Amino acid sequence: MNIPQSNFKPLEPVLTEYAKIPGSLITILQKAQEIYGYLPKDVIYHIAEKVGTTPAEVMGVATFYSQFRLAPIGKYLIMACQGTACHVNGSERVSAAVSEYLGIESGETTEDGIFTLENVACLGCCSLAPVIMINGEAFGNLTPEKAVSILENLREKEEA
Amino acid sequence: MMRIVIGEGSCGIAAGALKVHKAIENALENKSKIEIGKTGCIGMCFLEPIVDIYDGKKLLRRLVRVSEEDAGAIVEAAETEDFSKIENIAISEEDEEFLSRQTRIALRHCGIIDPTSIEDYREEDGYKALKKVLETMTPEEVIEEIKISGLAGRGGAGFPTWFKWNAARQSKTEGKKYLICNADEGDPGAFMDRAVIESDPHSLIEGMLIGAYAIGAEEMIVYVRAEYPLAIKRLEKAIEQARENNLLGKNILGSGFSCEMIIKAGAGAFVCGEETALIESLEGKRGMPRIKPPFPAQRGYMDEPSNINNVETFANVAWILNNGGAAFAAMGTENSKGTKVFALTGKVKRSGLIEVPMGKTLREVIFDIGGGIRGEKEIKAVQLGGPSGGCIPKNLLDTVIDYRALAETGAIMGSGGMVVMDESTCMVGMAKFFLDFTALESCGKCVHCRIGTKRMQEILTRIVNGKGREGDIELLEELCEAVKDGALCGLGQTAPNPVLTTIKYFRNEYNAHINEHRCPAKECAAMLTYKIDEEKCRGCTLCAKKCPAKAISGEVKKPHIIDENLCVKCGACSKVCRFGAVKIL
Repeated sequence: MNIPQSNFKPLEPVLTEYAKIPGSLITILQKAQEIYGYLPKDVIYHIAEKVGTTPAEVMGVATFYSQFRLAPIGKYLIMACQGTACHVNGSERVSAAVSEYLGIESGETTEDGIFTLENVACLGCCSLAPVIMINGEAFGNLTPEKAVSILENLREKEEA
Repeated sequence: MMRIVIGEGSCGIAAGALKVHKAIENALENKSKIEIGKTGCIGMCFLEPIVDIYDGKKLLRRLVRVSEEDAGAIVEAAETEDFSKIENIAISEEDEEFLSRQTRIALRHCGIIDPTSIEDYREEDGYKALKKVLETMTPEEVIEEIKISGLAGRGGAGFPTWFKWNAARQSKTEGKKYLICNADEGDPGAFMDRAVIESDPHSLIEGMLIGAYAIGAEEMIVYVRAEYPLAIKRLEKAIEQARENNLLGKNILGSGFSCEMIIKAGAGAFVCGEETALIESLEGKRGMPRIKPPFPAQRGYMDEPSNINNVETFANVAWILNNGGAAFAAMGTENSKGTKVFALTGKVKRSGLIEVPMGKTLREVIFDIGGGIRGEKEIKAVQLGGPSGGCIPKNLLDTVIDYRALAETGAIMGSGGMVVMDESTCMVGMAKFFLDFTALESCGKCVHCRIGTKRMQEILTRIVNGKGREGDIELLEELCEAVKDGALCGLGQTAPNPVLTTIKYFRNEYNAHINEHRCPAKECAAMLTYKIDEEKCRGCTLCAKKCPAKAISGEVKKPHIIDENLCVKCGACSKVCRFGAVKIL
């Protein structure tokens, strides 16, 4: 098994603050993900040791919540909203077009490591439906064509 | 003092409010006579970004759909008090009705005060109720006042707030009690709680403090969805301000009452909106519901007595203590008191955040406030309560907003998602949409929910794919009853509601899918056929160029043909055709 070699140093202050406070596992995982961008396997083992639990327990929590990622993400994280308002305003076609353009499904990253696509629950910008959010910026009132042209622009920018 | 105030809730920011803010700031350079400020969610999401010009506290102009280019004209108008050049972006009288027809209690400060300023909150009688409670009332008197108000849980279940508070008050412990706020607003299509926290965080803190005093809690925890970063940021700031002002911590306002407050961010699991799952998650575990009893009031967070209410419930509390429970109870119906906040979205003209007294009809909300349906289409149904709720058809739009009346339709009051649908929405597709969601979000602890929602999802999927079988409707109904009865928590028990209500009111659509392989709303791609009308087609070739599957052929200036075997039913041809020649059958 190929276990990555992560640098635990930036995580130490987090563990010092939270490891001994009962019920802080989710908070620790959130901070770890902020540091590493995802949860590398060795980090999970390290957290388990410091918190005084098993890696299985930590994995159980990490896989239960949709926020946690076990693989690195691309430079652009595209979150395609699947909320009700987006659904009635045609989000399915938008997501399908994005998926087809990038050649990836929800949860996957393009081979060049530039785009990650995630279908997410409601982003709460319902009046702009359908919406996708790219690295935190919302793009609303989309059509499949508009969504693809936004991605085309980003790709051009990357290739330039 | 002239003030330019920009609406900076999540919706406003998504529509570009921060860019507008920056542009106005630049245009304002060296004009010290004019202040620039921000406010939270005004509620009129459909008009964002919104900029208000105030003289002191008097609103002079409300400007809508503002762009960066308008900045110069806005500053000039504020300077000269001549608004003629910005009348083109001023809100129309018609759109003003969106606000004037509402009654705002939970949202009373939203879009008015600066959410990052405790002074602004104090100027609006902020923390007055807390002071009154701490100085003049016993916990029992507070609970009594809430009982008089008739306030019920705004998270959806509608359980009387006083009853929960009283149960937690009565519970004995040698440790400490906890007051928890459920801000894990997970229903797709709902954003009431986010708006309250982003726009008026101190009203949540004040409401919670009053609740904590009433039940005798020493610690308060707000469980917020991780997807709400701005709400978390503003609440953190408000907590810090409250601490600096001795409104949190030891010996609050010299009363001898001490209480701490922390925020815990959720990590994305819908089931954590269920109170016992939320407690598990607070304890750092997988968010799986516990078996009740014991109820949280007896053994909740860390096995201590805990009370959990939703954000909107707390946002009403200070108002009730300031104005009296009777004033709150004077609004509404016999069973449902006060007001309710809804996130009105979908196919309505004016979407946004609204608050109305209980007892208004759905029709009044959708047509008088929401302005009716966008475009030329007809309303078909309205969905309340998200994945736990149901679809109410148009012939029942005169149903009043009341816990019992809404439950009688098969839907629920819910936390406040109100999604309006027109004729182009397929109701079987809608049921499938919600089951896709609940099947994914089921935590897997109990068999009925884990497997039941999955089987329902499979049946609905085959129906929308044109492969429905005879007996599928009855099978769905049977499954619905079993899941309702057998599921451990609210998620599973209510998951069948979207299916049951669509079968109840739109059985003909299910039949059309199964027996005739036809989707009456023309939404289910598998059952659509695209055909070009030879009479109308001018042979412009645009559709053939747009077709991603190269399924359209034909010579220039001659009628084109779609090869059904190649057609992927994306609808691109019908969208680009300027002659209306592409027919969807």
